[in-house]
Amino acid sequence: MSHKVVIPIGPYHPLQEEPEFFRLYVEGERVVDIDIIIGYNHRGIEELSEHKHFDQVAFLVERICGICSTSHPFAFCLAVEDLAKIEVPERALYIRTIIAEMERIHSHLLWLGLAGHFIGYNTVWMWAWKYREPILDCFEMITGNRNHYAMMKIGGVRRDIKDEDIPALKKALDDLVPAVDMFKGAVMDDPVIQARLKGIGILTKQQAIDWAVVGPTARASGINIDVRRDDPYGAYDRVSWNVIAEKDGDIFAKTVVRILELYESISIIRQCLDKMPKGEIDANVKDIPAGEGIGRVEAPRGECFHYVRSDGTNRPIRHKIRAPSYMNVASNKVAAVGQTISDTTITLAAVDPCYCCTERVVVLDKATDKKIMNGWDLIKLSQEKTEQLKKTIGGKS
Amino acid sequence: MSIKEQIREKLGSKVIDWYQHSSRRIYVSIKPKDIREVASLLFNELKLRFSIATGLDTPKGFEILYHFNFDKSGEIISLRVLLEDKKNPQIDSLATLFPAAEWIEREMWELLGINFIGHPNLKRLLLSDEWPEGKYPLRHQQ
Repeated sequence: MSHKVVIPIGPYHPLQEEPEFFRLYVEGERVVDIDIIIGYNHRGIEELSEHKHFDQVAFLVERICGICSTSHPFAFCLAVEDLAKIEVPERALYIRTIIAEMERIHSHLLWLGLAGHFIGYNTVWMWAWKYREPILDCFEMITGNRNHYAMMKIGGVRRDIKDEDIPALKKALDDLVPAVDMFKGAVMDDPVIQARLKGIGILTKQQAIDWAVVGPTARASGINIDVRRDDPYGAYDRVSWNVIAEKDGDIFAKTVVRILELYESISIIRQCLDKMPKGEIDANVKDIPAGEGIGRVEAPRGECFHYVRSDGTNRPIRHKIRAPSYMNVASNKVAAVGQTISDTTITLAAVDPCYCCTERVVVLDKATDKKIMNGWDLIKLSQEKTEQLKKTIGGKS
Repeated sequence: MSIKEQIREKLGSKVIDWYQHSSRRIYVSIKPKDIREVASLLFNELKLRFSIATGLDTPKGFEILYHFNFDKSGEIISLRVLLEDKKNPQIDSLATLFPAAEWIEREMWELLGINFIGHPNLKRLLLSDEWPEGKYPLRHQQ
């Protein structure tokens, strides 16, 4: 890292996960290079995990991310269950799957709203978040929390889904379908959105392979991978659903993948609610033997990878965690270079990092290294571009 | 031929130990000097996806597990190397083979103090500039 002092203007959100700092180098309108600087929110969770006993670690890793907060404990529990070869009761598998898919729905809606905001569609932003609320309400109803649900434990789940809660969850899903239809129509049919997103921020298939990206970022670039199908866990092999993959690798493809995945998630939850058997929800695990295990889940952003090694005591001696954005954010090095500055915010946001990421952007002039813009200027620039396009193409607002 | 058989055949005598933990979790121990050749075989030739690497401080030395996925069958092949020289742990970098390894090698370099020979951009990733030199948070005995 060079020691040039660059002070980004604009709000910091250190409470959000994954704050990154992008230092863009521009020549005229075009981005010629990008430095990605992370570590602002490095909390040493892998090291902390070595000092907690196995049951506590599930709570610890839930705090890695506030948006995909069930993916980390889920992957950790799978890793320990792989290590100790634990059989999880059938009902718990279904409950885990329902929680994980509810999380995908609220996470994709969150991204859709932010993407709308970045390109100047603030109505999309407000609507996406409006339709996200009932899902969070269902989380509160089922788990007691809108976020950090604390449902996963080694060997099962902590709480059952009560029969009387199921109709409300089903109704929330029924109400969501027309909203997703509306978003799908709005994105697919609007010429302005197409002009803003098609052919922008392309990650080619080869680049996606070289950078080993995961999740919707990979699936939009024609790489048909999904841990839920490839390395089945939970109840994903007991219900029918489709992996959504596109070919173009641009932001439009990433958006389409996420919107269509909402339908699949709704369908998975409905099937799970119908098929879920009665019975135990916990295998009552007592001791974890020495050994090593790997668990991975398809988080909303892609494969979430946990490796755990135990020496037979009640704490892991090593716990490696790799969140999907670790691979996806690094690929901005190729996806963002060559773009115009007005497309940068949406390109960097297209891998679905947290929104504070783009607030940490500054633009430097290549010749003088002088800061000329910050994150908010960039969002404004992006929104202005949409306004211009609306005038020339005449899309909906 | 399954991917396991292909790997086993192509690696031949380079395999020190082959351990199948469960149906889709395989651990393959190799010598540190073979890492670039073996990683290139898995990534470039057999088209496995690189998930991540795990660095560990063990009493015997520093261990690195390179986790490769074969998504068609859901198998994870973890290459295991042991760097016995605890004073001066080093291994060839994979970042020039595929950029996906660039960040994790930087991370293992700063958190465990393992040197990656030939890494194009070996600088801190997560630790702040103020963190003292020579202190490695994931080492067990400092």
